[in-house]
Amino acid sequence: MSELTRHSAARLAEMLAAKDVSSVEVTQAHLDRIAEVDGNVNAFLHVNTEEALAVAADVDKARAAGEELPVLAGVPIAIKDLIVTVGQPTTAGSRILEGWMSPYDATVIKKIRAAKMPMLGKTNLDEFAMGSSTEHSAYGPTRNPWDLGRIPGGSGGGSAAAVAAFEAPLALGTDTGGSIRQPASVTGSVGVKPTYGGVSRYGAIAMASSLDQIGPVSRTVLDSALLHEVIGGHDPHDSTSLTDPVGSLAEAARTGDVRGLRIGVVRELQGEGYDAGVQARFDESLELLRGAGAEIVEVSCPNFRYALGAYYLIMPSEASSNLAKFDGVRYGQRVLPADGPMTIERVMGATRAAGFGDEVKRRIILGTYALSAGYYDAYYGSAQKVRTLVQRDFDAAFAKADVLISPTAPTTAFKLGEKLDDPLAMYLNDVATIPANLAGVPGISVPGGLADGLPVGIQFLAPAREDARLYRAGHVLESLLEEKWGGPLLAQAPDLAAAETMSGAN
Amino acid sequence: MSEINREAVAHLARLAHIEMTDAELDRMAGELDVIVDSIKSVQEAAGDDVPATSHPIPLTNVFREDVVGETLTNEQALSGAPDSADGRFKVPAILDEE
Amino acid sequence: MTAVTDEILSFDEAMEKYDPVLGFEVHVELNTKTKMFSAAPNVFGDEPNTAVSPVDLGLPGVLPVVNKAAVEYSIMIGLALNCKIAESCFFARKNYFYPDTPKNFQTSQYEDPICYDGYLDIELEDGEVFRVEIERAHMEEDAGKLTHMGGATGRIQGAEYSLVDYNRAGVPLVEIVTKPIVGAGSRAPELARAYVAAIREIVKNLGVSDARMERGNVRCDANVSLMPKGTTEFGIRSETKNVNSLRSVERAVRFEIQRHAAVLDAGQKVTQETRHWHEDTRSTTSGRPKSDADDYRYFPEPDLVPVVTTPEWIEELRGRLPEPPAERRKRLKAAWGYSDAEFRDVVNAGVMDAIEDTIAAGASAAVARKWWMGEISRRAKEAEVDPVDVGVSPELIVELDKLVQAGKINDKLARQVLDGVLAGEGTPEEVIEKRGLAVVSDDGPLLEAIDAALAAQPDVAEKIRGGKVQAAGAIVGGVMKATRGQADAGRVRELIFERLGVQG
Repeated sequence: MSELTRHSAARLAEMLAAKDVSSVEVTQAHLDRIAEVDGNVNAFLHVNTEEALAVAADVDKARAAGEELPVLAGVPIAIKDLIVTVGQPTTAGSRILEGWMSPYDATVIKKIRAAKMPMLGKTNLDEFAMGSSTEHSAYGPTRNPWDLGRIPGGSGGGSAAAVAAFEAPLALGTDTGGSIRQPASVTGSVGVKPTYGGVSRYGAIAMASSLDQIGPVSRTVLDSALLHEVIGGHDPHDSTSLTDPVGSLAEAARTGDVRGLRIGVVRELQGEGYDAGVQARFDESLELLRGAGAEIVEVSCPNFRYALGAYYLIMPSEASSNLAKFDGVRYGQRVLPADGPMTIERVMGATRAAGFGDEVKRRIILGTYALSAGYYDAYYGSAQKVRTLVQRDFDAAFAKADVLISPTAPTTAFKLGEKLDDPLAMYLNDVATIPANLAGVPGISVPGGLADGLPVGIQFLAPAREDARLYRAGHVLESLLEEKWGGPLLAQAPDLAAAETMSGAN
Repeated sequence: MSEINREAVAHLARLAHIEMTDAELDRMAGELDVIVDSIKSVQEAAGDDVPATSHPIPLTNVFREDVVGETLTNEQALSGAPDSADGRFKVPAILDEE
Repeated sequence: MTAVTDEILSFDEAMEKYDPVLGFEVHVELNTKTKMFSAAPNVFGDEPNTAVSPVDLGLPGVLPVVNKAAVEYSIMIGLALNCKIAESCFFARKNYFYPDTPKNFQTSQYEDPICYDGYLDIELEDGEVFRVEIERAHMEEDAGKLTHMGGATGRIQGAEYSLVDYNRAGVPLVEIVTKPIVGAGSRAPELARAYVAAIREIVKNLGVSDARMERGNVRCDANVSLMPKGTTEFGIRSETKNVNSLRSVERAVRFEIQRHAAVLDAGQKVTQETRHWHEDTRSTTSGRPKSDADDYRYFPEPDLVPVVTTPEWIEELRGRLPEPPAERRKRLKAAWGYSDAEFRDVVNAGVMDAIEDTIAAGASAAVARKWWMGEISRRAKEAEVDPVDVGVSPELIVELDKLVQAGKINDKLARQVLDGVLAGEGTPEEVIEKRGLAVVSDDGPLLEAIDAALAAQPDVAEKIRGGKVQAAGAIVGGVMKATRGQADAGRVRELIFERLGVQG
C-alpha cells in the first residue's frame, strides 16, 4: 500500500499545502487501496472514482494558481450511504432505494464540496442505519479490518472500516444510538457524535429524528476535529440546527493538557455486562489520565438503566413514521403483488415487504405498536419521560465533572452472525452510547487498546454545546496511549493485503 | 407477557403497509414479545410529575421567512419515479374509497 | 359499488321528530407566497410537479421548516374567530398511507392547536343570530392532487390508475373545527350555509386566503347527527365530505338530516361513516366506515420545534386585523342611512365596497347607491359581468354627479356622457363638448318651449294655476321632449311656475 494512505488527514493537509504531494496522488492512492482491499472489507457500496479525481485535479490546479484553499482541500473522504449525494447513488443500505439518485445534496455534502474534499464513495451500513454490526445491510456485511470474520460495528461499519483499513483518511457517519462511536470502538478508530443540532441533518435519511446526528469518523482525534469544523454550523434547512458557532475544535484537540479537568466515571456504565478485557483497558486509561493531572470523580446516573428501553421505544416510533415515505410511489423500487387485485394499497404492501429487511420491519412494527391507540402513554409517553430523567442525570453528573468517561461498548467485535438471530443481544451493544443520544449531548470514542487482539474504545461525553471538551480530553488520552504503544493502535492491525480473498462473503 | 401476538402483529403490519406471510407474523410476534417485555420497565421509571422530553436541545420559534426559494424541475421531480405519465406520478388504482 | 339510493324523510317531518346537531371542519388554504414547510411557491394551476421542492415530494433526508407568515395568518384567523391563542404549541404527525401524501404522514397539530375556544356570531337573513362555538383552529399542510384515469367519471371507482401532482402538497391549511352546534332546529341547513359563508368572508377580508371555494381554497366537511326531540344525548354522526359550494353545504346538511331521520324512523342505527356529497344527484353516498385503520398514531413532530407566542406578537397581529365584516356592515348601514332592504340589495349585488369607495371619493350615500344599484347594475346585467367589472370608477361617478349638481347635464344626459367615457371618447367634459350634450341653459329657448307646452295642455296649465303644483310634471315632460332632454328639469320647473305666477 502507498504510504500516503497511512497519513492522518491533518498530515495530508500539511503535505498538500506544502505541495509535497498533489491531491490527485493522494486520491488515487486511496482509490488504489480501495481496489486492493475492499473486496474483503466491503466498506464501500459505491466508489466515486471519476468525480473524486476531477475534484482532486481542480484542487491541484487552484493550488498551483496560488488560490487560498480550505484546510482540508484535496483530502479525500468517504460518505456513509445514508447521506444523499447528487451524482452518486444513495441506498441507505436498503433494496428499496436500490439505484436511486438524489436530485439534491445534503447540507453536509454541500459543505464537503465547498471544502473541496474529493468524495471517494459511499460506505456500507446497516439498512437505514438500523443495527450494530452492518450485517443488516442489503448489500452484504462489512468486515472488521482487525479480523475479517468479525463485525465492524454498526450501523456505520462501512465508514469505520474504511478509515481503519486505510481506504480513506476521513469519513462521515451518523449516530442515532451509537452508530459512529460503537464502530469506532470495535475498529480502533475515532468517531464523534456532535451535540444534537450541531451538524445539520438535512439530507441524512432519517431514522429517529430526535436522536440522529451526523459526525466525523477518522483515525485521529485532531482529524475528527478538523472535519467537525467543516461540517458543523447552523443550517436554515434544519429546524433543530443550533445557531451557535462551531468553535475552535482543532485548537481544543491541540491543547494537550487535562490538568485540573474533572473526569466523571459513570458508575452505571461499567462493571456488570462489560467484558473483563474492556474493563481492564478502561481502568488503564483512567490511570493514565489521572497521572496526567486530571481529577477523576465518580458520578451516578441511576436512570441510565431505563435508557435502552426508552431508546427502543422512541427510535422505532420515529422510524416507523420516517420510513413510511418508502412506498414505491415517488422513488425507489416498486414491487407488484404476486397475485390478486392490483391496488395501490397492495403495491405499497408488496413493495415494503420486498424492499425492507427483517430488522427494519421489526423496528417499524415495534414503533407502530408503541404509537398505536391505547399504548401511546404507556410506551412512547413513558419513554419521553425517561428522556427527561436521563437529562437530569446528565445535569447532575456535569455539575460534578467537566466530561464523563466510560467504555464505548461493552464488548469487542463479535463474530459475524453471532448475534444476528438475537435482536435483544444486538441491542445491548448500544447500552453505553444511547444515553448521549437521548439527552442530545456530544460523545467521542477513541482507541483504548486491545483485548485479545481486538480494539477497545473509550468514550468521553460532554455537556451539550461543549464538544470542544471531547477533543481536548480525547486527544490527551490518545497521546498518552500512543506514547505507551509506540505509535497508533491501528499500526498493530493485520496487513489486509496479505489476507486471503474472502469469497461468498455476501 | 405483552399483548403482542400474531393477530396484533397482523394488525400492525396492515397499519404499516407491510405484507407478511403467516410464518413471518409468527416469528415477528415471538421476537417482539421478548423485546417489549424487556423494555416495558420504562413505564415504572417516571411519575406523573415528570414532563416528557421530545427535543433533546429545546429551541422555539424556528421560522422561515415567506420567500420563494429553489424548486425542482418536473424532470428532477420524476427522475426517481417507478412510473409516471403526463408529468405526474402514476400509481395503480385506489379502491378503498367511494 | 353502485350508489344505493337512501330512503329519506321529508324535512318537515324530520324536524317534527328530531333536533339536528351540526359540526363543521372547514379547511382554509392560506395564500402565503410559499408552502407551510418549504420554500416552494404556493401557486394554483402551474404545470404538474413543478411547484415542488425536495421537501414537498418527501424525498429521503428532507426536513421541514415552518413558514412564519403561515403561523401569523393562522393566529389572525384565530383572533378573528375570537379564539384564545396558545402560549406554546407544537406540530404533530398524523400517520396514514395515501399516495397524495408524500411522506405518508400529514404534519398537523393534535393535542394543542395554535387557536382554541372561540366563537362566531352568525346572522341569518332575517336577522336572527346564532352563536357558533369554535373548538379549535390548527395549522397543517395540504395534500397533493390525485386524478383518476380510465374510470367513467374521473372518480376513484372504476379507475384503472391514478396520476399524482404534488404542487398542492404542503400548501398551508388552517382547519377550523366547531363544537357541536345544538338548537338550530329547522334552520340548520341555512345556518350551515351562513357559517361557511361567514368563514369564507372573514378569511377573505383578512387577506389570508383567496377564499375561492371552486378552487378548493375553502373546503367544508359537515357533521350531522339527530336527537329525538326532547332528548339531549347526541346521536351517531356522519361526516359529509366534498361539500365545496355554499349551496352544497346547505343541501348536504338538509339531505343528511332527512336521511338520518329515515334511518332512525326505521328503528335502525345510523352508521358512523364518511359520506360523499354529489351535487348532480343532490344526495350523499356512503364512503368508508370508521375502522381500526383510522389509528393515526399521532406523536409530536420531532423535526420541528414548538411555536411560542408572546402577548406583544399577538397584539401586533391583532393590530393588523381589518374590521370584522359583520361589524363593518352594521357600521356602514347606519352611516349611509339605507333601509334594511336597500342595504341587503347592495350587499347581494356585491357593491358595498364600491359604494364605500364612491362615498370616499366625494359622492353622497344616496348618489352612490343610485349609480351602483341603477345604471351600473343595469349595464352589468346586460354585459353579464359583476357591477364592479363594468369599468366605472368611483371618481368618474363623482365627476358626473358634480356636473349634474352644477346643472350642466341632467341624469339622462349623464348616462350618455358615461357611454362616451366608456367608449374612450375622453373625459366627461370632452364628451359633453364633442357630443353637444350640455343642458340648454339659456332661458329664451326654454320659455318658448314652455309656452308651447302650456298652450298644448291648457287644462294642465289651469290646474297648476289653481295650486296643483304637482301637475307641473306633465309640462316639464313636454319641454324635455321638445328639447330632446337637453334642458335642466329643475330650471324648467322654476320657469313654469314663474310663467304662471304661482309659488313652486
